[in-house]
Amino acid sequence: MKLITAIIKPFKLEDVKSGLEAFGLSGLTVSEASGFGRQGGHTEVYRGAEYTVDLIPKVRIEVLVDDDVVDAVVDVIVASAQTGKIGDGKVWVVPVETVVRVRTGERGSQAL
Amino acid sequence: MPALNTGDTAWVLAATSMVLLMTPGLAFFYGGMTRAKSTLNMMMMSFITIAIVSVLWVIFGYSLAFGDSGSAYYGAFDLSGLGSAVNELTNNGGVYPIPLLAFAGFQLMFAVITPALISGAIADRTKFVAWGVFVTLWATIVYFPVAHWVFDFGTKDDAGNITGAGWLAALGVEDFAGGTAVHINAGAAALALAILLGKRVGWRKDPMRPHNLTLVMIGAGLLWFGWFGFNAGSALGANGTAALALMNTQVATAAALGGWLLVEKVRDGHPTSLGAASGAVAGLVAITPGCAFVAPWGAVLIGLIAGVVCAMAVGLKYRFGFDDSLDVVGVHLVGGILGCLLIGFFGTHTVNSVGIDGIFYGGGATLLGKQAIGVVAVLAYSMIIAFILGFAIDKTIGFRISRDSELEGIDVTEHLESAYDLDSRGGASGGGILASAAHASPKNTATEA
Repeated sequence: MKLITAIIKPFKLEDVKSGLEAFGLSGLTVSEASGFGRQGGHTEVYRGAEYTVDLIPKVRIEVLVDDDVVDAVVDVIVASAQTGKIGDGKVWVVPVETVVRVRTGERGSQAL
Repeated sequence: MPALNTGDTAWVLAATSMVLLMTPGLAFFYGGMTRAKSTLNMMMMSFITIAIVSVLWVIFGYSLAFGDSGSAYYGAFDLSGLGSAVNELTNNGGVYPIPLLAFAGFQLMFAVITPALISGAIADRTKFVAWGVFVTLWATIVYFPVAHWVFDFGTKDDAGNITGAGWLAALGVEDFAGGTAVHINAGAAALALAILLGKRVGWRKDPMRPHNLTLVMIGAGLLWFGWFGFNAGSALGANGTAALALMNTQVATAAALGGWLLVEKVRDGHPTSLGAASGAVAGLVAITPGCAFVAPWGAVLIGLIAGVVCAMAVGLKYRFGFDDSLDVVGVHLVGGILGCLLIGFFGTHTVNSVGIDGIFYGGGATLLGKQAIGVVAVLAYSMIIAFILGFAIDKTIGFRISRDSELEGIDVTEHLESAYDLDSRGGASGGGILASAAHASPKNTATEA
């Protein structure tokens, strides 16, 4: 099993969500995040005083999947989150030792 | 003796309520501009000022400002004794057919908002108790006497003799609703305290952008609404002068809002919502002294000039290195000075029979000279006394919170509260009651079960 984490632009969440649903994924976790990469921040001006806003709002998506679909799911996320402009985000994959469904106590792939 | 006029009385009572609303409006205006960790303290500085000054007013404040001892510099050192004045009419350079208590209530709201205006200069870092002490002393030593200088036109007896007028009022300084007594007065004290308390920790290094501009816009809207009471109410009657003041207030504010945005568009590239709110307030400030002495076209120009100049003046603090956190100096002091001096150019007797012609109406520079005396006198007195009071408070009980408290956030350290809990996870536990409160309340049966 693998954990796929994706950092994407907030307004791309709907596209990614519907892309993953169409693929047949049964669940995901979403949280608000902020940060910066090569995109950097932007500047805002208040009464003539300039502030640099370094941390850009992003959305973090986490999905747990079986090993055999990892690449396909990553492809779906990348395809649906892409705008081609700087600041589109990152996706990474890490191995997961085990997963437990809290309601039933099922473990491993059955819990996905 | 004229009989009470119900129309005039109704308008002054309504105007009084509108001016009261300006202080909570100011709390929103300032509160939105601070960081989230100090917004409650900012708003509380306005609310505690309502409480303190109202009580002072009824005990001795009204008497010190408008009492009749014959002095040109202060009212009287008596107790106000407002309870015995229920059926008296207002006498301020002539008898107005409204109850004395309506006049006293209306003037109270001016006394409330003036110290509250100062608080924006010392955001995020002022000990709450020290602020209360400062408000008490500054209102007593500065505001009440200065209100006498400017707003007290003396008591007119049945023979037509006037006694006890304030020295600026008697000199012929034109200040209809408080460009000197309210805005220059507050702005000068704000400058003194900003210098005295020093910069916030991390000023010009840490981000200190406004945390909630929608609050700022609500505050600006409430101030704008209340200001009609402030300016048009100062006519102390429902009449043509009040209507002129109302119209001038509207068009000057509109022009100032546009002027401020114009500066931003040209200089920074983007017109901002904070700029619109600030421009509106700058226009309201600038038209305050002249709202019943200039024609509406003059009001438009006064507003436009104030919007443009104040938009540039708010940058001065960076050049001179004083942390006037929310630009009380750049908006209220600069706007107040502009408004007072511009009457010397735009003033005309054609809109107001007691008005004096300024330079643009062939009146020469006499009026401008008098206006300048009013500006300098109030500015110097307020700034010097505020500095002395602030220094004394700082050396005794301390005026500024500790560095650690400031970094943690003044809302938590001074008030033990947070302005916002937007976290669905709560992040807190309990919901119980303090031991002292538990003692007096019925036993909680749920815990017994």
